[in-house]
Order: sequence, then C-alpha cells, then structure tokens
Amino acid sequence: MAVDDPTEKAAHIRHLLATEREAVRENTSHFNRERYRASAEYEGYEELRSRAREIKEDAIERLPELVETVRESVEANGGTVYVADDAADANRYVEEVVRDQGDTVVKSKSMTTEEIDLNEALEAAGADVYETDLGEFVVQVADEAPSHIVGPSLHKSSDDIAALFNAHFDPEEPLSTAEELTEFARDYLGDRIVEADVGVTGANFVLAESGTITLVTNEGNARKVAATPDTHVAVAGIEKLLPSIEELGPFTELIARAATGQDVPQYLSMLTPPSDSPSLDFDDPTTPLSEQGSENREFHLVLLDNGRTAMRDDPELRETLYCIRCGACANSCANFQQVGGHAFGGETYTGGIATGWEAGVEGLDTAAEFNDLCTGCSRCVNACPVEIDIPWINTVVRDRVNRNGDEGQFDHLVEGLTPDAEPGGMDLGKRFFGNFETAAKLGSATAPLSNWLAKSGPVRAGMERALGIDRRRDLPRFERETFRDWFEARGGALVSADEATREAVVYPDLYTNYVRPERGRAAVRVLEALSVRVQVPDVPSSGRAPLSQGMVATADAKASRVFGALAEHLDAGRDVVVVEPSDLAMFRREYEKFLPEASHERLSENSYEVVEYVFGLLENGGDAEALAGPDADDPGVAYHSHCQQRTLGAAAHTEAVLDRLGYDVVLSEAECCGMAGSFGYKRDYYELSMAVGEELATEFGGAHEGRRVVASGTSCLDQLDDLLERKPAHPVELLDPARR
Amino acid sequence: MSATRIAEFGESLEAHGVSWARTDADGFASTLVESLVEPAVGVPLGYEGVSLDDAPVTVDPTPAELRAATTGVTPVRLGVAAYGSFLVDSDAKGSEPVSLYPERHVAVVRGSDLVADLPAALDELGASYAAEPSSAVFATGPSATGDMGALVEGVHGPKHVHAVVLEDR
Ligand code: SF4
Repeated sequence: MAVDDPTEKAAHIRHLLATEREAVRENTSHFNRERYRASAEYEGYEELRSRAREIKEDAIERLPELVETVRESVEANGGTVYVADDAADANRYVEEVVRDQGDTVVKSKSMTTEEIDLNEALEAAGADVYETDLGEFVVQVADEAPSHIVGPSLHKSSDDIAALFNAHFDPEEPLSTAEELTEFARDYLGDRIVEADVGVTGANFVLAESGTITLVTNEGNARKVAATPDTHVAVAGIEKLLPSIEELGPFTELIARAATGQDVPQYLSMLTPPSDSPSLDFDDPTTPLSEQGSENREFHLVLLDNGRTAMRDDPELRETLYCIRCGACANSCANFQQVGGHAFGGETYTGGIATGWEAGVEGLDTAAEFNDLCTGCSRCVNACPVEIDIPWINTVVRDRVNRNGDEGQFDHLVEGLTPDAEPGGMDLGKRFFGNFETAAKLGSATAPLSNWLAKSGPVRAGMERALGIDRRRDLPRFERETFRDWFEARGGALVSADEATREAVVYPDLYTNYVRPERGRAAVRVLEALSVRVQVPDVPSSGRAPLSQGMVATADAKASRVFGALAEHLDAGRDVVVVEPSDLAMFRREYEKFLPEASHERLSENSYEVVEYVFGLLENGGDAEALAGPDADDPGVAYHSHCQQRTLGAAAHTEAVLDRLGYDVVLSEAECCGMAGSFGYKRDYYELSMAVGEELATEFGGAHEGRRVVASGTSCLDQLDDLLERKPAHPVELLDPARR
Repeated sequence: MSATRIAEFGESLEAHGVSWARTDADGFASTLVESLVEPAVGVPLGYEGVSLDDAPVTVDPTPAELRAATTGVTPVRLGVAAYGSFLVDSDAKGSEPVSLYPERHVAVVRGSDLVADLPAALDELGASYAAEPSSAVFATGPSATGDMGALVEGVHGPKHVHAVVLEDR
C-alpha cells in the first residue's frame, strides 16, 4: 500500500499541486458552479434524483433477468451479446471481432474499456487503436491515465496540449490555440474514423427490452464511430442495464446537468444496432447512400461483469453500481479540485466514488492508495444525481483496509490511548485520531502541561514519526476547565422550569467540551436569553472521530451509548442542541446506519445545530433584542459554514439569524475549509489541506479583509486560525448577550 | 401546431446556438436556399409539398460527395421545444451521416412534429419501439468540446446548425 511511504505520498501531492492544480481547479470548479446553477433552475430536480435512485435500485435488483432480456432483444435485432466474466475475457472477445474485420479500431470515450485496458490488449494483438474523444485522445498521446471520469484530460491546459501535440506530431505550423488543436485533432481523427474497420463505444445506459444503447456525448465522435465502420462493438458494465426506454427519462434530464450543468448533452444517441444507416464506403465514388445498404452492419454488445456481481452481493458496495459516472462527486470535492484524479483516483476511476469502483473491480489495495483523500465532508452527497452515499462507501472501504493491516512496531505507543473496537495493525495515526476522546480527556486534565508538551520540538518530531502528525500544524489547545465543569460550577440551569418556553440539552461534543468551551458557554447564554431551560448532561462523544478513520465498529458502539444517554431527555421533550456541525451530521445522517429506525428518527428529528435552533426560537416569537447585535462600527462578518452543515441544509439559518440581528454577512463559496477533522494534521496531506484552505483564505481576503471571520466547525476554526491573522469565532459567540 | 410552441422551440434553438427560420410550403424553396453554404447534399425530406429538388443540393449523395460537402440537409423526426433538439433517425436514406459529416447541418422540421420536452419525445420514441426499435439521436446545437483547454464548437459533428421550421406542415 502506498500509505506505507508517507513522504512519497506527500511528494506526489506536492508535484500535482505544482503541475496540475491550476487546470484541474479551473475545470472542476467551473463544472461544479454550472451544476449548482442548472440543478437550481430545474424544477423538481430533487424528486428526479429520488426517482432515478429508485429505478437504479430496481434495475440492480433485477439484473440477472435484465441480462437475459437484453440478450434476447439484441439477438432479435440481429446483434450478438457476450457477457464477459472479467477483463481478460472481454478483451479476448473484442480481439476476435477485430481480427475478423481488419486492424484499425476507432473508439469513443469509455471508462469501462479503460478499466479492462482494452487498447493495450488490442494493440498487443496487432491492431491500431485510436481514441476519438479529444480528451481521451490527449491522454492516449500523452500516455497518461485519465484524471477525471468525464474530462479525462482536464488536468491539461491548452499550452500543455499544444506542447504535447507539437512534439508528437511535428505539424508544419506549430499549434497553439484551443481552436487550432481541436481542428488538428478533428482532421487527424476524422481520417482514422473513415478508414476504420471497427468502432468501439461504451454505453451510458443499456435498455434491455429494446436492446438500445444510449450514449451521451458533446463532440459527435460517438455518432461517427457507431455510424461509420460496419462493425460496432459496445462495451458496457452490466450495471448499465435499465429495463426499458420508459425508465430512461429521469437520467436524460439529470446526467448532463450533474456533469457539466448543460440542460441536455449535444448528442443523446439512442442506438438500436445494427442500424439501417447506410454503410459508408468513402472509396466508392458512384453508389449513392440510399443504395449502399446496411446488410454488412454487425453489432456486438459486450457486457462486463469484472467484479460487479460480487459488488451487487456486497450490501455496502452495491450502491456503487447505481453510479452513472457524471463526475459531480469529483467536481464538488475540495480535495479533488486541487489535485485531480492523478492523486484522487485508482487504476481507472477518479473522485469520491472511485473508492467503490476500484475496491469492487481492482481490490482493496488499489482503493487504499487514495481512499484517505475522502475526508467525509459530504459535499458530494447532494451533488450525486442518484443519491449515493459516497462518504459512507469511503468509510466502509477504509474500515476494511484498516482490518487488513499487519501489527506494527509502534502499536504499543498508542495502546493506552486507543480503547477502541479495532484490530491491531491498523494505521497508528488513524487509530490515534479515532480515539481523540481519550487524548482530549487526558490533555484537558493535564493542561497546561499537555499544551506545553504539544509545543515541544522533540515531542512533535516523535508524533510526526509515529503518528504522521505534521509538526507544522498547531495542535488543539486543551482547556483545563471543560464546558461541563463551567456549567456545573455556575450552578446549572439559570432558567427555571416555570419560566422556560422550552427545554434543551446542549450536547457537550468533544471539541466544545475540551478545546473550545467558549462556544458552549455562549450557546448556553444565548439559549437562556431566549428563555430556554438548558442542561449539559454527561454524554459520550459522537463517534465522528473514529468514523472518520474508518473505525466503523467503534463509531457504532458510540452511537448506542450516545442514544442511551440522550433517550431520557428526548422522552422528557427536551431538544438536543449541537454546536459541532460534524456531530449533528452524525446524529442526522450516519446514525441511521447504527441505530434502530425509531431511535434514529427520534434523535435526528429533535436535534438542531445551535444557530438553526436560535432561528427556530426567533421565528416562534423569541426576542431578538435579548441577543447581541453589531456595534455601530461593526466591520461586518465573513461566514464560512461547515461542509456537513451545508449538506444537511442547516447553514442558511446562521446567515438569516446574523442578518436579522443587523450583521452585514458575506458567505464563502469554498466547499470545504480543507482541515476536515484530522485530515489537515496528517503529514501526507498537510500541504493539500493548506492548498484547499487557501481558497477560503483568498475569498475572505481582498474586499473582505476587514470583516470578522466566523465559522461553525471546529476544523474550520482551526484552519482559519492557521491561515488568517484575524482570530475566527463561532457565530453563536456573536449572539452572546455577555458581549453587550 | 401552435405558434407558441414554435416560438418556444425557436428560443431554445437560439439559446443553444442554432439559427432558424420559419416558413410555409410556398416559401420553403427560397428560405432553404438562403440557409445553404455550397456544396450542399441532402436526403429526401418526405414531407408533402416541399422538396430539395429545386435547390442547389445534391440529393442522395455518394459517400465521396458527402465528405466533400459543406452543408447537409435532412428532415428530422421530432423537434423538442424545451431544448431546441432534433431527433434525427438513423434511416436507410442516410439522415445520420448527412446531418453529421458536413460542417453545416440544415434541419427541416414540421411544426406538427414539435413536442414539448424530452420526456414527451422519449414517450413518442418509446411508443414506436413497440413496433420496431430503431436508432436515432437527439442533437442539440453544434458539436462542441472543452477538451483542448477552452470551449470550441465544431468538432466531429457540425459547427453550424440551422433549422427551417415548416409552420403549415
Ligand atoms: S457517484 Fe454519483 S456523483 Fe459520483 S460519478 Fe457516480 S453518479 Fe456522479
């Protein structure tokens, strides 16, 4: 596993940041913005996502039956279906077809043929293979792997491609602009298409009942590849099957919007081959099209299994098969935007969902090489047109990777610090971060000594070596007086049950309790000012820390304990107010996997992000005057809401509340701060984390330079602390009546 | 077909970079001529009262003539008002290659063949599958790529697309 050599990994990321970052960032963030626009403009987009999801669930459930249906329909149409068990099997079949027809193959873009290395296999068998999608053509000429599912060459700028083409083709006039490059590639590939013997395409969808393959393209090359040579081979994973054209509708509306923000692709081909379209013998100067005939047309549909049946039987990986490969999960990913698929990708697939694909078709080792780049920020969750829980797939695979490790030389170092349910031999850094609760308790109990130690050079060097914690990063400063200590010392609730309009529990999450108790204190005062009777009971940590390290069993056990500690409060009608957004996300999203449905529902429905809760109180007659507003000379607020909070739709409330109190607020656009819990502390990823953070820092610089910086998540606060001179605060601190 | 649907279709065409003209059977010949850049090839339209015969268009070209053409004229099976898309059949007359190979595609669409949106078009197509599934493509605007570092129109498919809408057909 590549994780074994951390410095090599950091060096690879550094290299990509220097070489591919600019083009990747520009292209992916453009697609991402366009997706937001297009999905917001389309009425009923969310319903469509749910419908698409349902259709995929049903199709995968019925997969064996659909394979038989499509076999019958394609054969009835005059084509052939071959179900290939694995890459070698598929390649062998296509090789035979090509051998029978000639030796020149033109291809349209197909990740599935990348997966099986079809080009290499055909070339080894003596064929000439040309990729006709310009992006694929570029990576073929450069002999590189695709860096993105949809835009295989989007890591390259026009200048990069011009240099490549000028060196490779040595044209009479050197090429430089995108127009010249396009024209050159079109002419070059146009000649190849016309003389080709076999056209190979992929398929975005395969409609079983009619034997139709659907192709989504913009360039028109797939049309030419399918219509020009007499022999057409389509290679598709078995998961591409849909029952019939009746189920296609939602996908045709979703796929281009999710991928690039287009309402519809330039070309949506609905091919039911062999088609009636005339053979195109360009050497024949006399016979008109209508007399060319189509009798020589042949069609082969190669349906590839290559691990997919096993994925279907795997309850956690099964969801991966719903993927329609739109690339939205990559475009919405802050890490991907910086390094692209050459870091965040495996043999073929790239971005968040690549973990599922690579684990399924290549194996855990391949997935392990890049899986850590998913920080679980969850920004892809709402982006995915088929509602795949991509972070969950990443977590599950991480868990499996953890369980695959060997006992290591440093295991004893973390033993006392890691009272978890995990196996020995897992990555020590992960184990340490996963058990952050223990470190926090110890750190707080021994503060300030623990904080001095955390600043000591030799200690940090040791932590870097054994745990992979980057010494350039400041460690959290533990507070001697925890949030709960403070609450008890002040005498508990100050609002009596009689005066109270509501009762609530403020959840003492790890960070609020041990590291940033000021957030908790402000939250209590704000709620009390709005006549809420507050309690701060002893509730265990949420399990977010272990879950982020893939320690699923540990997180699961935490969920039960948290629910146990809160159940009585819920039954007593108390609301649960959560300061740390990543913990609220646990309650609302991940606990669904760990708790019985009724328990999860009860907890998630009664839990609120703290300012979301304030919003509700104000909406229901709470007195805004009781809270602090801006001073006359307030510089305004620059607010970065937490990634998971935004996914939950619990971010707009903060803006609304600050606005209502008279603050002038601007919002960040960055998908994530880059810290993402432990991610930014890790030596392998420190530079990537800072690169992501820079985007945010840039947004909050310039015209917003003077504004007070506010963020909801602990990670975001830590990251902003490291990046900016200004000291960031939690929004609830701005509302704190004690400020007045 | 209602004038509003034609107007909506026209707006969508423009939004996708497609020029268009509306005409009737009487005005078709002159409208068509204005839309051509020669050499032009075409497939028989099959619409009553209009044809390519009087225009400078090589009807039913050889593959060599097709490759040398600048304009390809084809009928289309449906027009999609919401997106300005055409449904081009892969028929035996060669509508697919004629709409695809030349730099300019002139699509002739009957007003009565305009449907509201893509789901409606898929419904029609699906209904025809019951008798015999066919091959066709929904084409929207010029062919395009961003793969060379900036958006460029006119890649493997046409760079210019023009629609002639027959209001009385
Ligand atoms: S997982 Fe979802 S968002 Fe990612 S590529 Fe697949 S369909 Fe698109």
